[in-house]
Amino acid sequence: MALFNLTINGKKQQVDVGPSTPMLWVLRDHLNLVGTKYGCGIAACGACTIHLEGTATRSCQLPVSAAEGKNITSIEGLSENGDHPVQQAWLEHDVPQCGYCQAGQIMSASALLEANPNPSDAEIENAMDGNICRCGTYTRIKAAIKTAAQVK
Amino acid sequence: MRLIKTSCNRRSFLKASALSGGGLMLGFSWLTSCQPATQDALSMPEAWFDINAYLKIGDNGIVTIMSPNPEGGQNIKTSMPMIVAEELDIDWKDVLVEQAPLNTELYTRQFIGGSQAIRRGWESLRMAGATARKMLRQAAAQTWQVPVEDIITEGGILHHKPSGKSAHYGEMAAAAAGLPVPEEVELKDIDDFKIIGTSRKNVDGKKIVTGQPLFGIDTYQEGMLTAMIVHPAAFGMKLKSVDDAGVRSMPGIRDVFTLKVLNEEYERQHFDTCAFLQVVAIVGDSTWEVMNAKKAIDIQWEPFTAYTEERTHYSGTKQTLIIPAGLETTSEHLALMAETAAESPQEVRRDGNPEAAFRNASRVIERTYTAPFLAHNCMEPMNFFAHVTAEKATLKGPLQKAELTEQTLSARLGIPVENIDIQMTRLGGGYGRRSYANWLIEAALISQKMNAPVKLVYTREDDMTGGIYRPMYQATYRAALDADNNLTAIHINAGGIPESPLYANRFPAGAVENYLAESWTVNTNITIGSFRAPRSNFIAGAEQSFLDEVAEAVVKDPIAFRLELLERARTNPVGEDNDYDATRLSGVLELVREKSAWGQEQSNLHRGVAAYFCHNSYVAQVLDLVLEGDQPVVQKVTNAVDCGIVINPDAAANLAEGAVVDGIGNALFGEMTFKEGIPEKNNFHTYRMIRMSEAPKEIDVHFVQNEIDPTGMGEPTFPPVFGALANALYKATGARHYSQPFLGKELNLG
Ligand code: FES
Ligand code: FES
Repeated sequence: MALFNLTINGKKQQVDVGPSTPMLWVLRDHLNLVGTKYGCGIAACGACTIHLEGTATRSCQLPVSAAEGKNITSIEGLSENGDHPVQQAWLEHDVPQCGYCQAGQIMSASALLEANPNPSDAEIENAMDGNICRCGTYTRIKAAIKTAAQVK
Repeated sequence: MRLIKTSCNRRSFLKASALSGGGLMLGFSWLTSCQPATQDALSMPEAWFDINAYLKIGDNGIVTIMSPNPEGGQNIKTSMPMIVAEELDIDWKDVLVEQAPLNTELYTRQFIGGSQAIRRGWESLRMAGATARKMLRQAAAQTWQVPVEDIITEGGILHHKPSGKSAHYGEMAAAAAGLPVPEEVELKDIDDFKIIGTSRKNVDGKKIVTGQPLFGIDTYQEGMLTAMIVHPAAFGMKLKSVDDAGVRSMPGIRDVFTLKVLNEEYERQHFDTCAFLQVVAIVGDSTWEVMNAKKAIDIQWEPFTAYTEERTHYSGTKQTLIIPAGLETTSEHLALMAETAAESPQEVRRDGNPEAAFRNASRVIERTYTAPFLAHNCMEPMNFFAHVTAEKATLKGPLQKAELTEQTLSARLGIPVENIDIQMTRLGGGYGRRSYANWLIEAALISQKMNAPVKLVYTREDDMTGGIYRPMYQATYRAALDADNNLTAIHINAGGIPESPLYANRFPAGAVENYLAESWTVNTNITIGSFRAPRSNFIAGAEQSFLDEVAEAVVKDPIAFRLELLERARTNPVGEDNDYDATRLSGVLELVREKSAWGQEQSNLHRGVAAYFCHNSYVAQVLDLVLEGDQPVVQKVTNAVDCGIVINPDAAANLAEGAVVDGIGNALFGEMTFKEGIPEKNNFHTYRMIRMSEAPKEIDVHFVQNEIDPTGMGEPTFPPVFGALANALYKATGARHYSQPFLGKELNLG
């Protein structure tokens, strides 16, 4: 165990965990930020997506030791009042079914739009193919990303 | 306007009481009324008559509807309260929907019905809303000393036009609470609906997009430990020995022990499927620490010998299952299916003289279809929270059939049912998987042993290799054609491991003069369970692919060919016992033909059609493929759906879209294979799931407008996609696909 100093959603936090502990479990087990989801643990589903210095990152593959000193954003910190354009577009298109994958989808989508404010269909697909939605909401996700792109 | 009774065989479905802070509380039964299907009501467990939901009207006029159903994506938490609000005649913006607080004195029963929920709930939810409205009108009539007939309602306001008096519901709620529940209430005319049939957003939408803790896996309680299990590496194996010496001293590990999930003498209920009777539990302080211990533990397994299992089926009949010994392999499964199909099919239905028709046929077409075991792969892995003390068990998590799990849990823990409290959270996907709650029992036993609150979480690998798969299936279809290209006979020989997919009384039964349906099964020690539209999810694709091939053989348009058969089934049906309504099945085919502009062919568009009836709904689909290079891309899927009255059209469309994507994904990639009992895929790097780039670019959903009571939405759009896709792939590539998964390794999509 060791102490790690983290900046999560703009807030300084300290956790006492093993250095290999993935950020996914630091968030969920130690900081009670459970919006970030566990789906596969091997970077194959995207449910655990967070922003590391603004870039979409699979938190199940990010050891806490590599996150120290970096800015981390989880779904809880994407916007103050849940009104990020991507979140609003998600509500407008009523995207979620079970909803489990959606935090990861939203984090991937918001990072995409940050880097590329007006993505083509192919660019959207490329950025989002790492995020599985078992309920099959892909067409709505794509439509919502396009709506959010117009707002931004 | 239609009058309905509020009791059935002297059992009332409603109970009114006063809210402590002022206002009316009306308890009702979420899924039960006399009306919909008496047959159903008779076979329902007594408990379902229990009051399990309520609506509250506060003196501020805000209506709270408590939904006892856990939400897993079917939109029931939004759609079903819409039905209550409609009959209550209240503005949707004044309605709050809450998940019922579970197992308090009155509201003990929860049940997730999937596609069945809306069908069962339709009448009871309308009754609840209509009863509250009537009681409010009566209260106003008494207060104002006017006849109740003169009191009308509008968006939560009571009006007495002659005197000009009006009051909002909240003002009359306390007075209404003192009145007896009326014995009879009137339901609205469908034409007067203001909420039903309009799209309303998911009531939990904001919580989902902001990452609020909604799911079972998000459960946390002070002092809670984390547990994981290790189950046998292969089906057909049981525990031999555990070497946990090194693991016990790992950081954060509290205990390691073995547990028996069900006792041998326990008489199993329908959903007590349990892949592995004994598992090893590892308990610790945090998920990552327990995961590390799980990787390090050394467990030896050994083959078990064959045994039998007694089980009480859902319907009440007792079954004996034979669980064979042995380590099974997929290639052997295929050989075994072929052998059993040839040797020991059981006749299920016969019309006319099929043998003679085949003898006299000028042409016979015979095709065999197969499909593999499928894993449900809910995005939220199986998990449950448990806190078991000497007297009492509190459990919380994602579960589809709490009702049927309570008994098993009570027997296993030795705690009476009344002291078991199962709370349901949102489900990160269900698709049938969460009806089989062996993990809930495991969580409870671990908590009991640790004497502490525990959250059990399956890793993705545990989840995917833990059994309860969609069965493996095979179906052989034969068609006899006479010299004039008339279809004179159909023969279906269908079976599976360990369950047959056959629905002998569905189309094309009733549409063909000579018909033979046969069924068979093969035992296995691999466990299976319901999977989105059980059995239909295979047989629909096989049947619809086959009919496509027959249509081609007789040189007919595939839609026209199906409509001709349905015409026969409608006007002069063969046999008496046909499960489907030929008119409604034709209706969706006609609608999809129109909406997809079928027949206006474009050279680069390859189209496949399919239609199917299941879960009381009718669906037809046209799937359009284009080839980009030699890569097929699903351009568009047009759906025509007849599920009766549509409650929440946009949500229903979302479900249909999801089912289409799910169907395409499973048809192309879905597959669990076994080598010597070991599942060959254990996570999403090997078990391929459909991704955004492979999903259709566009999905259109059209509903048949009618006034038939609503039926299932979550399941019926799933099965036909397999057929529509196979038929379109044939058009695009010239190759027929007979065994799922269609693509996977060789060919990509997107
Ligand atoms: S949990 Fe990290 S990608 Fe699946
Ligand atoms: S909404 Fe259920 S997995 Fe995406």
